[in-house]
Amino acid sequence: MSAEAAAQTTPTLVLVRALGIISALCGLIIVGTYESTLPAATANRRIATERAVFKVLPKATAIEEFNVTPDGRIAPAAGGEGAPTGLKFFAAYGPDGKLTGVAAEGAAKGYADTVRVMFGYDPGCQCIIGIGVVSMRETPGIGDKVYTDKDFLANFKALDVKLTADMSALANEVKVVKHGTKNQPWQIDAIAGATVTSRAVGKGINDAARALLPALVPNLEKIARKS
Amino acid sequence: MINVPSTWQEFTEGLWERNPVFVMVLGMCPTLAVTVSAINSISMGLATTFVLAASCWLVSMLRHLIPKEVRIASYIGIIATFVTVVDYAIQAISLELYEALGAYIQLIVANCLVLGRAEAHAAKTSPMPATLNALGMGLGFTLGLTMIGGVREILGSGTFLGLSLFGPNFQPWVVMVLPPGGFFVMGGWLLLFAIVRARRARATAREVSHGA
Repeated sequence: MSAEAAAQTTPTLVLVRALGIISALCGLIIVGTYESTLPAATANRRIATERAVFKVLPKATAIEEFNVTPDGRIAPAAGGEGAPTGLKFFAAYGPDGKLTGVAAEGAAKGYADTVRVMFGYDPGCQCIIGIGVVSMRETPGIGDKVYTDKDFLANFKALDVKLTADMSALANEVKVVKHGTKNQPWQIDAIAGATVTSRAVGKGINDAARALLPALVPNLEKIARKS
Repeated sequence: MINVPSTWQEFTEGLWERNPVFVMVLGMCPTLAVTVSAINSISMGLATTFVLAASCWLVSMLRHLIPKEVRIASYIGIIATFVTVVDYAIQAISLELYEALGAYIQLIVANCLVLGRAEAHAAKTSPMPATLNALGMGLGFTLGLTMIGGVREILGSGTFLGLSLFGPNFQPWVVMVLPPGGFFVMGGWLLLFAIVRARRARATAREVSHGA
C-alpha cells in the first residue's frame, strides 16, 4: 500500500471520536445558552403580552390570565408554557381591583400569513373597544394600514358583540363590509385596497368572540374582582 | 511576506476588497429578504458576524481534530450551534427585533458565506487570523446589507433608522420595501461599482500606455 493511500483512510474510530467531541461541545454550548437566556426571554414575552393587553384596554393597571376549559368553565391559567390548551384570555383590572375589561387574541389567514390580533372587550357595553396587531407579515404600506389607518381603527371604538338572550351565541356576527358601506355597529368598514387584511382582522375577532364570549359572559362575576 | 497576509490585511479583506455582498455575492437570501430597513440590516449583519467569527474560531481551533471525511457535518454542526446561540440571545434582548428578523435568523445556518469561510479559510488557518478574517467578512456583510437596507428604507418608508426624513407629505415608494425593491437596489449598487471599476481600469490602462 502506498503511503498516499494509507493517509487517505482515516480509522472509523477517529471519525466517530471527532463527531462525538464536536456534538458534545455543541450540545454544551446550546444548552448553556438556553438555560442562561430563558429567564430574560420569558420576561420579554410576558412584557410583550402585557403591553398588547394594556394597549387595547388603556384603563387597566393589572392583568390576570385565564383559560376557558373545554367544558366551558373558567380557570386561572396555570403558570408556565404547555399549560392546558383551550381558549386563553386576559382579565384586566383597574386600580381599585375591579374588572375593567377582557382581552383575547384572534387569528385568521391574511394575504401573506396568519394575522394575529388582540382585542379588548368591555363587558359594560358588550362591545370591543380597541384592537392591536400581535403579529402579521402583510405587505408593508398596504396590509399594515390595519394598525395605522385612523378610519379603520375607528371601527373598533365600540364594535358591537352582544350575545343573544340565552347567551349561547353572538346576536350578530362581526362582519367586514366594503369600504364606506358600514351602517350597523357590528360591521367593520374595510380599508380600500387592503380588503384581504381587513377581512382577516374581522374574521379573527369574530371567531375568537364567538368561541369566547358565550363561555365568558355568564361567568363574569367569577372574575369581577382581582384575586 | 508575499503569501502570508498581515493581520490587518486579514481583517480588511472582507470589508471592501472582497466584500461578501458586492464582490463575492454570497448569502443573498438574507441580503435581499431582511434589508427593508437599516436597523434590520445592521442587526442581521451583526448576528451573521457573530456566527461567522465564532464558528470560524472554533473550526480553526479544532482543525487538526476534524478528519476531512466528516468536515462538512462538523462545520454545519458548529455553525448551527452558534446560530442557536444568536437565536436565544436575540429573544432575550428584544422580542420585537426577533419578530422582525423572523425565520432569517435560523437561516443563517444555510448562509453560504458562513460555510464558505469555514471551509475555504478557517479550516486552513490558525485561530487568530481566521477569527479576524471572519470578523472583517462579517462587518463587510453588515456594511453591504446596511447600504442596501438604508436606500430601501429611505425610498420605501421615507425614514432612516426610524427617523422621518421628508415630512408627512412624502409618498413612499412602497415597491422598495417589497421583494422587488431588494433586487433593484442590489442591482443599482452593483452597477455603480461596475462603472467605478471600469473607469479606474481605463485610467490605469491609459497611465500604463503613457508610461510605456
